[in-house]
Amino acid sequence: MPHNAWAIPGLALLAYALIVFFGRRFGERAAFIPIIALGGSFVLAVINLLAVIGGATAEVRFDWLHLGERTITMGYRVGPVEAVVLFMVTLVSLMVLLFSKGYMHGDAKFNRFFANVTLFITGMLLLVIADNFLLFLVAWEVMGLCSYLLIGHWFEDLDNAKAAMKAFLTTRLGDVGLMLGVWMLFLATGSFRFDEITKEISKGQMDVAFLTLAALALFSGAVGKSAQVPLHIWLPDAMAGPTPVSALIHAATMVAAGVFLVARSFPIFQAAPDAMLTVAVIGAITALMAALIATVQTDIKKSLAYSTVSQLGFMMLALGVGGFAAGIFHLLTHAFFKALLFLGSGSVIHAAHTQEMHKMGGLFRKLPVTGATFIIGTLALAGIPPLAGFFSKDEILLEAFHFERAPILFWMAVFAAFLTAYYMTRSVILTFFGKPRDHHVYDHAHESPPIMALPLLILAVPAVFAGLAGAPFAGSWLQHFIDPHVHLPEPSGFVQNVAIGVSVAGIVVAFLIYQVGILNRQAAIRVLKPVYVLFKQKFYFDHVAMGIVAVTVAISRFVATVDKWVVDGLVNGLGWFVFQMGQGARRFAAGSAQAYAMVMALAIAVGLFVYQAMGG
Amino acid sequence: MTLPVLSLLIFVPLIGAAIGLLIPADQKASIKGWVFAVTLMPLVLVGIMWPSFTGGSAGMQFTENIPWVPSLGISYNLGVDGLSFPLIALTAFVFPLATAAAFGFDKRVKEFFILILVLETAVMGVFLALDYILFYVFWEAVLIPMYFLIAIWGGSRREFAAIKFLIYTMVGSLLMLVGIVALYLATGSQTFSITELANLASSKVSSTWSVWIFLALFLGFAIKVPVWPFHTWLPDAHVEAPTPISVILAAILLKMGTYAIVRISHPTFPEIAQYFAYALGVLGVINIIYGALAAMAQKDVKKLVAYSSVSHMGYVLLGVAAATPESVSGAVFQMVSHGVISAMLFLLVGIFYDRTHTRDMTKLRGMAVAAPTAGVIMTFAAMGNLGLPGLSGFIGEFFTLLGTLNVFTTLVYVTLIGLVLTAAFNLLMLYRVLMGKPREEFAVMPDASPRELFTLVPLMAATLLLGLWPRLIIDMTNPVVTNFVSRLTGGA
Repeated sequence: MPHNAWAIPGLALLAYALIVFFGRRFGERAAFIPIIALGGSFVLAVINLLAVIGGATAEVRFDWLHLGERTITMGYRVGPVEAVVLFMVTLVSLMVLLFSKGYMHGDAKFNRFFANVTLFITGMLLLVIADNFLLFLVAWEVMGLCSYLLIGHWFEDLDNAKAAMKAFLTTRLGDVGLMLGVWMLFLATGSFRFDEITKEISKGQMDVAFLTLAALALFSGAVGKSAQVPLHIWLPDAMAGPTPVSALIHAATMVAAGVFLVARSFPIFQAAPDAMLTVAVIGAITALMAALIATVQTDIKKSLAYSTVSQLGFMMLALGVGGFAAGIFHLLTHAFFKALLFLGSGSVIHAAHTQEMHKMGGLFRKLPVTGATFIIGTLALAGIPPLAGFFSKDEILLEAFHFERAPILFWMAVFAAFLTAYYMTRSVILTFFGKPRDHHVYDHAHESPPIMALPLLILAVPAVFAGLAGAPFAGSWLQHFIDPHVHLPEPSGFVQNVAIGVSVAGIVVAFLIYQVGILNRQAAIRVLKPVYVLFKQKFYFDHVAMGIVAVTVAISRFVATVDKWVVDGLVNGLGWFVFQMGQGARRFAAGSAQAYAMVMALAIAVGLFVYQAMGG
Repeated sequence: MTLPVLSLLIFVPLIGAAIGLLIPADQKASIKGWVFAVTLMPLVLVGIMWPSFTGGSAGMQFTENIPWVPSLGISYNLGVDGLSFPLIALTAFVFPLATAAAFGFDKRVKEFFILILVLETAVMGVFLALDYILFYVFWEAVLIPMYFLIAIWGGSRREFAAIKFLIYTMVGSLLMLVGIVALYLATGSQTFSITELANLASSKVSSTWSVWIFLALFLGFAIKVPVWPFHTWLPDAHVEAPTPISVILAAILLKMGTYAIVRISHPTFPEIAQYFAYALGVLGVINIIYGALAAMAQKDVKKLVAYSSVSHMGYVLLGVAAATPESVSGAVFQMVSHGVISAMLFLLVGIFYDRTHTRDMTKLRGMAVAAPTAGVIMTFAAMGNLGLPGLSGFIGEFFTLLGTLNVFTTLVYVTLIGLVLTAAFNLLMLYRVLMGKPREEFAVMPDASPRELFTLVPLMAATLLLGLWPRLIIDMTNPVVTNFVSRLTGGA
């Protein structure tokens, strides 16, 4: 069965082509094209997963290009990791498509939205099964393109267009590093294929400094795509896109592709300990910093966006400290509950027509399904057992705890975990509980239609149960499945208690502040002013980025000026001079045959003369 | 006797032009129809040649060799190999599209369309000639129709741009001619055959002379590419030229320069080429970075696209300088890819200009609202232009830089900045032209017409096809590239 895995992205691609060419005829019913196709992909992914659990794998490839002496192949590979991720991606995609059918109802570019989302899904599915860096890059950038197009879906508003451009350019910055890494590895191993590169590296004859550089180059691509510090700045702005896009692309799938990239090239990183450490450190910094910023966001989506950045940091941290299985595990569980949370926020926005949490409040009564599922997502993300996030986050903390090169990373992660529980509880209370702060918003709010509520209910299921697949009492089945040679870290009661403790503490603190009102928020902000401003200004990363842009623009203007007045100025000046000298140019310009012949003869004469003179 | 198919490729357009002269000037529709039909014939010929063209061979195929001026060793010598075949295919592909793009013209229609055919003959001749004199004749012949096409049908500063184009490129050709004559004399042989002189040069020409001749030839070609700092004729010519001519200029004429470098100056003087390799690489990188920066600062969208060409031709130069199988394959691929993508961009700029009569990006804006289909296509073209994987631009840049990395490591690092800048100016173009709400006077305009789509869709298809299946070109170029590389590096 895995041999037919090509059909999983294949169906999505077919749906894309159908919408592009025939979508207009169907109006909004065109949305059913990708919904049906993805339904098919999901069924295939399930069958596929069962087959792989049964021990099957597939590798299919063909010769794609002969270049010099080398043959470059294209192909795909389906093993345990691919099978599980395919399952996740098809499920989340299908839910997002269903939700979008309701959410985007009446949008002027409804069909275009579905076309772009479908192309995106194709890219993501292709990325998962690619067996080589070239196909991986194609899928990677197709996703980047769709992300750009979807962030800028409402491009009539230039702010959205700017956010789209920012996302593309920031990730591009990382991507050139990724390409560099791919070139280095190709030149060293003669292949783009993951398995062949791994084989060459496992021979142990490659220079560690070289591998470190190559791994870091690859990692820069992951930093851009997975919004790690310092290239994280695009993701919060990407919330300008329609909310289902945020759920699918900017929470569950594309941003996880960077993590997936590191996992894909894990043998390279393992051979370069310093690169691993860098991944871990960047991951931990990102996890913590984004969590801190999330605590002061008032926009329900922005808060979730920083949460995503933070959780991606957790995944990177897991990989960096050597926890391959833990990283993938969290990638999977996070996809479910974060997609749920984003779709939930979409449902809230759909009802309230605002994203400002300070204008909400008390919406639980109006939106019971949304509210209940949002709370489930929150508890899963906060790491309350036995929900999905608990097991995967616990696994990461455990890996970090056993990482001896930098013990501080564990504590950074613990603090970030506390903050996670805190800011999510804050969001829940501000949105759903307390007194309505804006009666206009409150009075007009209504629960979303079934086509939007249903995906929330369905996604709540894995948000609750997905973690059990990797739970210790289930023998950590998932970890053993995706990595048969996994060395699970020694379980630690201490780590588990800390994990549960900070999660509960985060919830309690947020509850005390936002529900009970134990402390005056305004007063607290006044006391903590410098810190508050630092968080509010997002650690000034955007300012630095704007500075770099401004400098680049200045240089480009300078170059254009030099080009016009110096480089071209000399040419025009010379031309003018010659023209004045004899008006000879005029005859030239008229294309007169004699003048032309004369000049040609002259040139030959000069050639002859010079040749003679130099005694050739 | 076999059909002299290469001669047909060259002279069918010219014969078509001669017949076209017989059509009365006021029958504009018949002239347009006739000329379009004639431009389709080279495409048909290329289609016929394709199956019998042997991709795996490095040698010249379909050769024709007839003595022309035997006393001097000049002959009418034609041939095609894996380097020139993609370029004649590109030429045959772009000319009908450019012709169709000119169907809206109303000014001096007969002359315009006839000149297009003359131009096609000259361009085909450049890519197929294997004799220096023949090559030179065609090379110069390109200038004449080009001059008139810009000077008569161009924009407000058309005469200035046309003269500048003519003089600048003619200075280049004269340098080249001096080089050719010197090479002929220095080898002391009775032939102008490009391949034979290349084989003789290393043994017969002193190294000092080799340097001078190489530089003369290279400079002549470099102006055409154009290589910085000899590029400033290009933005002027592009801005003033009418859309179809801009398309031909960017898609095909620029390739004459890089083609000549790969065909003539480098193989003839491999040691000298290797001696200057780093310098040429640096020039390539300057083209890439400088072109991208200059593009970013332009307000005129056509100038932006013109500087984008300067930037993209830099990859060709860099890849050829690095002289590895990957880098040269990438460079040759980039020639074709840039031809297709830049043609698309110029057509789109023309479409928006046609509606708004401006190319000023501070006034354009919201075009994707006003003309959604054209907007989608421009986005596609810009993605091709910035090297999005899956489209043809990626293959050229990717393999050029891959192949260059171990040769000029630092230069590749610098070029990485260029890759970001390329993305930046392309996105900036999309932002300024397409995004936002259109100005009131441009809010209602016709979207791309069926005829315009007819010119654009084949180019889109080619961009996608070459991006996904680069074998179409690389299978042909591979043996030639292998030869080229071993000639350059083996001889050093």
